[in-house]
Amino acid sequence: MKFIHVLGLIPFIGMLGGLPFANKVSSFVLGLPFLLFWIVLWVILTSVVMVLVNYLDPANREEEA
Amino acid sequence: MVSLVITFAFLAAAIFLAIRSTRGKKMNLEQWAVGGRGFGTVFVFLLLAGEFFTTFTFLGGSGMIYQVGSPAYYVLAYMTLAYVFSYYLLPPIWRYAKEHGIVSISDFFRFKYNSSSLGLLVSIVGIIASVPVVVLQLKGLGIIVSETSYGMISPTLAVWIGTIAVTVYVMISGIHGAAWTAIIKDFTIIAVVVFLGLYLPYHYYGGIEPMFKAVQAAKPAHLSFPDSGQSLSWVISTVLMTSVGFYMQPGLFAAALSAKSAKVFRRNTMVMPLYTLLLMFVFFVGYTAILQVPGLKGAEGDLSLLRLSIQTFDPWFIGVIGGVGLLTALVPTSVILLTIGTLFAKNVYQPLFKPNNESQVAKVAKLTVPVVAFISLYFVINGGNALYALLLMSFSLITQLFPSLLFSLLPNNRINKHGATWGILVGVATVAYITISGSTISSLFPAFPQAVKDLNSGLIALFANVIVTLLISVLTSKSSAENKPLPSEMY
Repeated sequence: MKFIHVLGLIPFIGMLGGLPFANKVSSFVLGLPFLLFWIVLWVILTSVVMVLVNYLDPANREEEA
Repeated sequence: MVSLVITFAFLAAAIFLAIRSTRGKKMNLEQWAVGGRGFGTVFVFLLLAGEFFTTFTFLGGSGMIYQVGSPAYYVLAYMTLAYVFSYYLLPPIWRYAKEHGIVSISDFFRFKYNSSSLGLLVSIVGIIASVPVVVLQLKGLGIIVSETSYGMISPTLAVWIGTIAVTVYVMISGIHGAAWTAIIKDFTIIAVVVFLGLYLPYHYYGGIEPMFKAVQAAKPAHLSFPDSGQSLSWVISTVLMTSVGFYMQPGLFAAALSAKSAKVFRRNTMVMPLYTLLLMFVFFVGYTAILQVPGLKGAEGDLSLLRLSIQTFDPWFIGVIGGVGLLTALVPTSVILLTIGTLFAKNVYQPLFKPNNESQVAKVAKLTVPVVAFISLYFVINGGNALYALLLMSFSLITQLFPSLLFSLLPNNRINKHGATWGILVGVATVAYITISGSTISSLFPAFPQAVKDLNSGLIALFANVIVTLLISVLTSKSSAENKPLPSEMY
């Protein structure tokens, strides 16, 4: 398994793996209920992970757009 | 009246663009269906975005929040994860498709498994699974037209108008029109959704947090996943199932093939997750509506966004919302309809009737569009499901294609055409049984723990599918040795 494949798993683990915990918290963060905040946070982190993956993936250097 | 005129102005603009976009292009089947595979990052982004940001997200997203609350978050999670997954899934598919001149998901199966009957089966599954999605969009169109007319046009007449408009639009333009309309649609929908999502909570509650606090006080269950039913395990299993099934939708599969290079998808995965955040604003609208337009029962929840807007804004602005909503239905519906048309013509009509020229196939592809549109119209008028229930049903069906597609991408595929065919058949039959009998894991296996009972029932079908696929492949492996693809066909 290549490193970029491992990176691709992070959003799955973070977003879904954290849900049991996030579902129990009833406080608010940045005006959002914690559960919604958790998911929104992971959407943004996913985008960050994908920037990293795009940058690291050798396939993007071989092919010309 | 003003609102209706403005809504129809959007439609007229879309049709005008559709006609213009085809100018100077010879509309053979490949141009009509995948735009000659010449779309770059921006266009593919807009098409894929257009595919997902539909009437469902607009009306169904707020409707689901209104009806059940937090389980609607699954949409946000599954779309984001579907893009992550696509980073690894789409490039090999795209390369193989390009080498073999493939324009549809069923061609893909036909080439990979060297079996035209499998191609036929995949087309049929694709067509059946697309019908709920078309139904969903037409239902949305009907809601928009009848609500923005302030009840002057009855929902039934509104759906008729919407169906005819979509059909004409698709038949004229093919995918080029969809791509151009997607551009206007995307800019306007971002503006409208963000505005509504911020303005409405501030207008009624003085902010996002006060709005959530008011909902929490009145309906605390709407802010977290319930203990049973659409519980945590439902959300997680549904997200996993829909995110792997996402690109199995024939429309999205075809839209992905229209990219200029494999790099296009990889680039898109950086931005697409952020784009899904627009849904958050749709959720805000749904939450605001819970206490401001109470009393919408069941499937009526889909009306919540428009009802709340009508209560808040002047008619001209309702017209703008309606117009944008109309475009969100138009783009995905046209992509889906033309995909179904291509599937039917190339993979059902062509192998069965063996026409002797290409233009005959193109004609059949175009004629399929109104037929499917009017079959869907029948279901819109006679069915009562909420938008999100339709979407989930379609996903359970289409995800059945995923196991054998994934196997076919492996360097050493142990699955043969018999395994793939039977696996898909069993999976689809299971979904049909579950849907028609209304059973869930909970009713089939009452002794299981709650977390297992709440798993998305599409998963049972997927499980049966994989078992049958593997089993049949092993059993028939000797006899199918001669069916191995030729070396030149190997990816």
